[in-house]
Amino acid sequence: MSNNGNGRTNGSPRIGVYICHCGINIAAKVDVERVTRFAETLPGVVVSKEYKFMCSDPGQELIQKDIREHDLNRIVVASCSPLMHEETFRKATANAGLNPFYFQMANIREHVSWVTKDKDLGTEKAKALVAGAVRRVSLHQALEKKRVDVHPDVLIVGGGIAGIHAALTIANSGRKVLLVEREPTIGGHMAMFDKTFPTLDCAACILTPKMSQVKDHPNITLWSYSEVTKVDGFAGNFTIQVTRKPRYVNEDECVGCMLCIDSCVYKQARVDDEFNQGLSKRKPIYIPFPQATPPVVVIDPETCMQLSKGKCKQLCAEACEKHAIDFNQKEEVIEVQAGAIILATGFKTFNPMRIPEYGYGRYLNVYTSLEVERLVNASGPTGGEVVLRDGSKPKSIAIIHCVGSRDHKTNKYCSRVCCMYSLKLAHLMKERSNAEVYNFYIDMRTPGKGYEEFYDKLLEEGTHFIRGRVAEVTDWALTDAEEGKMIVRVEDTLVGMPRRIPVDMVILSVGLEAQPDADDVRRLFGVSCSKQGWFTERHPKLAPVSTATDGVFLAGACQGPKDIPDTVAQAGAAAAEALAMIDKGFVELEPNTAFIDEEVCSGCKSCIPMCPYTAIKRDDEKKVAVINEALCKGCGTCVATCPSGAAQQNLFLDEQIYEEIEGVLNYV
Amino acid sequence: MSKPKAGFNWFASCGGCEEAVVDLHEAILDVVAAVDIVFWPCAMDFKKDDVRAMRDGEMDVCFINGAIRTSEEEEIAHLLRRKTKIVIAFGSCSHMGGIPGLGNLFTRDEILEHDFTQSFSVVNPEKTYPQEVTKVPEGEVELPRFLDYVRSLNQVIDVDYYLPGCPPPVALLRNAVQAVLSGELPPRGTVLAPDKALCQECPRLDSKPDDLAITEFKRPQEIIIDEEKCLLAQGLLCLGPATRSGCGAPCVNGNMPCTGCLGPTSRVKDYGLSTMTVFASLFESKDEKEIDELVDKIVDPVGSFNRYSLPSTFLHRKANV
Ligand SMILES: Cc1cc2nc3c(=O)[nH]c(=O)nc-3n(C[C@H](O)[C@H](O)[C@H](O)COP(=O)(O)OP(=O)(O)OC[C@H]3O[C@@H](n4cnc5c(N)ncnc54)[C@H](O)[C@@H]3O)c2cc1C
Ligand code: SF4
Ligand code: SF4
Ligand code: SF4
Ligand code: SF4
Ligand code: SF4
Repeated sequence: MSNNGNGRTNGSPRIGVYICHCGINIAAKVDVERVTRFAETLPGVVVSKEYKFMCSDPGQELIQKDIREHDLNRIVVASCSPLMHEETFRKATANAGLNPFYFQMANIREHVSWVTKDKDLGTEKAKALVAGAVRRVSLHQALEKKRVDVHPDVLIVGGGIAGIHAALTIANSGRKVLLVEREPTIGGHMAMFDKTFPTLDCAACILTPKMSQVKDHPNITLWSYSEVTKVDGFAGNFTIQVTRKPRYVNEDECVGCMLCIDSCVYKQARVDDEFNQGLSKRKPIYIPFPQATPPVVVIDPETCMQLSKGKCKQLCAEACEKHAIDFNQKEEVIEVQAGAIILATGFKTFNPMRIPEYGYGRYLNVYTSLEVERLVNASGPTGGEVVLRDGSKPKSIAIIHCVGSRDHKTNKYCSRVCCMYSLKLAHLMKERSNAEVYNFYIDMRTPGKGYEEFYDKLLEEGTHFIRGRVAEVTDWALTDAEEGKMIVRVEDTLVGMPRRIPVDMVILSVGLEAQPDADDVRRLFGVSCSKQGWFTERHPKLAPVSTATDGVFLAGACQGPKDIPDTVAQAGAAAAEALAMIDKGFVELEPNTAFIDEEVCSGCKSCIPMCPYTAIKRDDEKKVAVINEALCKGCGTCVATCPSGAAQQNLFLDEQIYEEIEGVLNYV
Repeated sequence: MSKPKAGFNWFASCGGCEEAVVDLHEAILDVVAAVDIVFWPCAMDFKKDDVRAMRDGEMDVCFINGAIRTSEEEEIAHLLRRKTKIVIAFGSCSHMGGIPGLGNLFTRDEILEHDFTQSFSVVNPEKTYPQEVTKVPEGEVELPRFLDYVRSLNQVIDVDYYLPGCPPPVALLRNAVQAVLSGELPPRGTVLAPDKALCQECPRLDSKPDDLAITEFKRPQEIIIDEEKCLLAQGLLCLGPATRSGCGAPCVNGNMPCTGCLGPTSRVKDYGLSTMTVFASLFESKDEKEIDELVDKIVDPVGSFNRYSLPSTFLHRKANV
């Protein structure tokens, strides 16, 4: 049978089989002893042993000792998923002087013990998988890993505090960063806040210096108003396509003087201001907020007269001394290279229309917390003054916790930050308006450094705390005192009775949700996400910022709800992981590449258009297909396509796969 | 030295394979001169007993065409195996089950019921079925049993070599005879044809695009077929990329797509699967609905992709439920 090289098999198989208990993870549902005795009877098996934890040092040493003492030349470990420990056992195999690819893993944990109730059935299935692995490993061949240089640049997607912090960390180490932000400015949610819990430092004071550093840093390229539209390649060598939306303003020329905004033919601002959560208006040409970074205006093509109707006096362009306005700007698609990618795409807030009982959208003075963040913000729509929509000052304010969190009808999880920001808002509202503030909570969740102390402080400030999930916000007054107010109906579970609290203003502490396009983004970058859309880390405890795709890391709230301290810590960790990979200088590629057997290839060309990495060309002289091994990523597409069996793949040779299947089926 | 002894036999097949032998034309005289034909029931009068009378291994080579469908065929296959040194499965039916192998799409009972009660030319209100043993005034008459399904020759006896094709191309037959005479035979189990697919020897290959993408399927009668351009590129289901060469591409040269009679190359275990995957891979659309619609355009998928090979696929047959 033809293969990719000579002398890669090493004599008749002398196989060692090791069955892992994984404590009781496996042993509870698989009779490990029976499987071990069974494996002994399989052809080629010289030793068969069981051990409590194969991945532990003694477990690995067991394999190595046997390789030396029994002259083993193939190893099978039946334990957990290869994702978990394939690398561990390959290394152990290699340390005893054997080529690491003379190893095969049978997954009897995720595939057997964790999904089987009946121990007898579990044992039988484990035996079948071991039988398959033993037959497969007999056909394994020695393979060499290839080293590929790593591209030293890092791509960061999302310019919230997570992306900003990661970008600065990496840039300060001397590496180059491309930061791609979808909105016209970086800053993310944090840029909207006035103060931040628990220290109540001013968000702008701590954030905007970092934003300017990003803009000025020689090692950072900032592309705002841009999105990643395609990702190819692999850890160390990603090719990324970025689409830059036209902002109709030349970024290199605009100095952010905003003369254009003043002179726009729209004398009055008429468009809902997104950054201010629609609490104020902006013009078609605008800047999201004064410290926006980059400090460049942007024109919204939907409302701009010139861009939507094709007709305008273009007073903005006239006013601009730098001639920065360019109505002919087109979308640009640019291809860049990077060695590592950090995803920092953040979250969105829960839409409270989904809980109609709380009256959002129905009663004018029901706000979301994010709206109130803008309302109390010194640079917000009211300059930080707490006034209702009619301009009056509220005398009583209700803050409802857990809106869209810890709720079976919406999201079951706790959003982690809402209790704390509700306390922050309670404090700010009281300070700014001197109103009576009522917090309606289910449980107060304030774990974190200085958090419980912050809660204590609020208790002393005279804020009212009512424990109970709010049933309804209504304007149906039952008494004169309730007339003209909104009434919060709640069962106070501490007092044990239903209560009605009339207020002027209701703040809904909306939870955090995954971005609506999380599923598209995860596909683009080849990472997975939870059912709720949060990107999944490689391991919740031991690899919290890595993903299942090598070279792609996670930072901030895109991985799950978290506050700023945690976000920044995670962003630092992601930066460190990315730098560690880049500073190593190379990545080792799995040798599972495809190759073509010239003796069998008819040159039918079927495989050529299939390769996602254009690694296949036709040799017109020899009239056969040829794979460029450096480009092949081992996806196996050509192998599945080839109708002649000429395209084959290392580690997945037909012979090996059939042998494994037959091993399993023969046992069954 | 005495001449090698040769035999030919005919199981479940159309007879075209026998025709292929005759198609050797004058060359058949060379064969007759070179070998002693000791068994060829189609051309001369031989009986089962003549074979039984042979010593084991007496015949040097036997070319066996046709699939195995009846108990008698099975019995004789075993008998010939015993009496022959080199058994060559001759033609698609013997090699992979062939056209008769499509019978495996139906159970035995379905076939009998259809053929003996429902077929247009049959009137059989009593539902009389053929019996293996029938009593008649003269005694008992026996018929071979119609077995449950069709098998290729190697599913019944060990086969030494295969001569593929429907019928095997004369050039391949000539080479095979030559190899037997000279004793220069490849390893047992070899298919005596080049181990590369037909595209390799197809005169249209240069016109096949590097980035072929299938957007539609057409049947030969629906279009005026360009005589130069790759047929697959014209939307016809040409099985050339999956089928062993050695035939000289007569179908393609006759402006008809390859239907796959020579079967797969040596590394492919299931011919139909490999043809289906290559076409499915080449579909241009990535939209599930569009793909479904395209697939629906393939009239008779089994007959298209497994015309000659159903019994030798992983599935073999319809289950006898
Ligand atoms: C009302 C409210 C008050 C809060 N108050 C506090 C507080 O006082 N203290 C505290 O510690 N925490 C607070 N938090 C939590 C805080 O907002 C988060 O911890 C923090 O914003 C997370 O930062 P991030 O960078 O991960 O995400 P985000 O701030 O959401 O930033 C994500 C960025 O990525 C961009 N982006 C998204 N998708 C893409 C894409 N596909 N391509 C390019 N760019 C993309 C977005 O435009 C955005 O700029 C509060 C949260 C809320 C809702
Ligand atoms: S090797 Fe896998 S199955 Fe065994 S102890 Fe370690 S984690 Fe558990
Ligand atoms: S073109 Fe007209 S509408 Fe548009 S931004 Fe300029 S002045 Fe305003
Ligand atoms: S396995 Fe084949 S299709 Fe996949 S990258 Fe390699 S050459 Fe291309
Ligand atoms: S599909 Fe197979 S036979 Fe056709 S060119 Fe590619 S490798 Fe060769
Ligand atoms: S697909 Fe058919 S017509 Fe096209 S090159 Fe191959 S054999 Fe010839």
